[in-house]
Amino acid sequence: MKKELRLMKGNEAVAEAAIRAGADGYFGYPITPQSEVLEYLMAEKPYERTGMVVLQAESEIAAINMVYGAAGCGKMAITSSSSPGISLKQEGISYMAGAELPGVILNVVRGGPGLGTIQPSQADYFQAVKGGGHGDYRMLVLAPASVQEMADFTLLGFELAFKYRNPVMILSDGALGQMMEKVELPEPVPCRTEEEIRQQCPWATLGKPANMERNIITSLNLESLKQEQHNLKLQAKYAQMEREEVRYEEIMCEDAEYLLVAFGSSARICQKTLRMAREKGIKAGLLRPITLYPFPQKPLFELARRVKGILVVEMNAGQMIEDVKLAVCGKIKTEHFGRFGGVIPSPSEVLQALEQKIIGG
Amino acid sequence: MENIPTTADIVKEENLVYKKTKVLTDNILSYCPGCGHGTAHRIIAEVIEEMGIQDKTIGIAPVGCSVLAYNFFDIDMQQAAHGRAPALATAIKRLLPDKFVFTYQGDGDLAAIGTAETIHACNRGDNFTIIFINNGIYGMTGGQMAPTTLPGMKSSTSPYGRDTQTMGNPLKITELVAQLPGTCYVTRQAVHTPGNVRKAKKALRLAFEYQGKNMGLSFVEIVSNCNSGWKMTPRNANEWMEDNMFPFYPLGDIKTPAKLEL
Amino acid sequence: MAKVKGSIVIKIEQCKGCEVCVPTCPHEVIALSKNVNGKGYHYLEMVNDECTGCTNCAVVCPDAVITVYRVKKVL
Repeated sequence: MKKELRLMKGNEAVAEAAIRAGADGYFGYPITPQSEVLEYLMAEKPYERTGMVVLQAESEIAAINMVYGAAGCGKMAITSSSSPGISLKQEGISYMAGAELPGVILNVVRGGPGLGTIQPSQADYFQAVKGGGHGDYRMLVLAPASVQEMADFTLLGFELAFKYRNPVMILSDGALGQMMEKVELPEPVPCRTEEEIRQQCPWATLGKPANMERNIITSLNLESLKQEQHNLKLQAKYAQMEREEVRYEEIMCEDAEYLLVAFGSSARICQKTLRMAREKGIKAGLLRPITLYPFPQKPLFELARRVKGILVVEMNAGQMIEDVKLAVCGKIKTEHFGRFGGVIPSPSEVLQALEQKIIGG
Repeated sequence: MENIPTTADIVKEENLVYKKTKVLTDNILSYCPGCGHGTAHRIIAEVIEEMGIQDKTIGIAPVGCSVLAYNFFDIDMQQAAHGRAPALATAIKRLLPDKFVFTYQGDGDLAAIGTAETIHACNRGDNFTIIFINNGIYGMTGGQMAPTTLPGMKSSTSPYGRDTQTMGNPLKITELVAQLPGTCYVTRQAVHTPGNVRKAKKALRLAFEYQGKNMGLSFVEIVSNCNSGWKMTPRNANEWMEDNMFPFYPLGDIKTPAKLEL
Repeated sequence: MAKVKGSIVIKIEQCKGCEVCVPTCPHEVIALSKNVNGKGYHYLEMVNDECTGCTNCAVVCPDAVITVYRVKKVL
């Protein structure tokens, strides 16, 4: 069957992919540069296509708590926002992690702190992979680098969210949300029936049948020993994620002497840098983490044994570099190059940084 | 007089006129002696049992003394972050429109930290029931001033009495949500006397019935006591509530569907 | 003439002795015991046999510890 191709914005691709994934609900609040997600869904009337509910909430806090409520019923729910709004959602994300609820959260990152700028940024890396909300929890973090991946990771996000009963974040940025690219759309699947949800999610609050125990969705354990057991259960889940869900891409790494490490939009820029470097005879490769949590520690560790130096390129002041340094254990020189505040680095300035900080340094 | 029955004659299944509803679990309530939460729980559970909707009711517990409400209702329940119960209920009801959905919230939860969620759910007319327990204080955290604390009323954070000049005025949020087009039924009740309990139960039944007819958001406030927070015996607290809370928060229907049609 | 005769059964160990029910009884049938239950609460007990099974006490009981029985006896 011929796949459906469309030219879409990244934000629109997420919205369309959510409908086609059989998502039951989207709850969002306008903020630049992600408002197209909500706009697209409102215009598309997915309720008439699949039964999917779309609601503009009164705040990001309400929106994430709507996702919590929906997820508690075993429903596939998604919300989207950009950095300041994601800060507001942290409360709900922590509660979802505590109550073990699946859900997809799209962050179309803009520059910060505070209101910052509406231009693209990767400054929410720490917030996404190290926590953001309170408590000892982790979120699976997927980093798309194309409009295609914006769509693909929406489906993957739901799959992983339900596999682990855990929130999943798609960490994109203003460039990926706004840019238009060709995207191959997935085959649409219908929303699951209540019977299917009861099968797949026996924990869901769908109304207690007379012959069954009631279901309770909560993140509260007043007894410390019970909470510790719950924390251990969550940690075991995160350990499984680290074993099974690491995703990354290696580009021109076979013979690389110097390694760039970058995710999302930065990784796209670095691909151009690679070609420029190779033309100059510099054997550079790129490792692109696709999951930021779990982080591809092992492949980085392996590459660190073969290359002479690593340049971490990010649209922030140096965040992922901390995870890269942990992965390479100080074995080789690891430097950072970043532009931030909404500024996108050019391939040539990345190459210049590689030459100055790693090769010549 | 040989026909007068003995206790043993009376206590038989065929003479049973009142027993605890099956929609409550056997767990001992975590509330203080005499707290209205227990009575409110019981009549909600009785309404659910009498309407035969136990298998399609989803409740939302708040943060506060009733955070553990899910331990006491034998129905599917979710526990919300502080103040967010109406957001959860909005999503649940929209995704499962054939279920009965209610939130159970205290005054701090509903009228302070959750004001936005409360007002917007009411204004959208989301088709669920909010049950609002107003005892004028933050009970769980140790008796701090609530949005509904009366002027002059002492609490652990207004130890010399609530000074409205510096601490603001108590919020009559029930009157406020009655102004919104999305609410179909707004009423204020109490559960400290048999008569009030019976009226409050009727109000809850109406609220659930209106929900069943997709009429919009039904909102039932229950003015209640907090013996521990008010530092009174349960009986004294109920008397104080009648003398002080009821004049400021008068009981009765504030908005009914019939009045809407006029 | 119909005479109503009732009785209540109290779950003593679940009673918290709050006394909210006591003033609701039209015939002063109930009072707190001098004794305490396992939790240390003075629990509710019947002090005479004038109970009519009106259910007032059960209706206001926050802890649902009272079960009410009533026979309608035709004389």
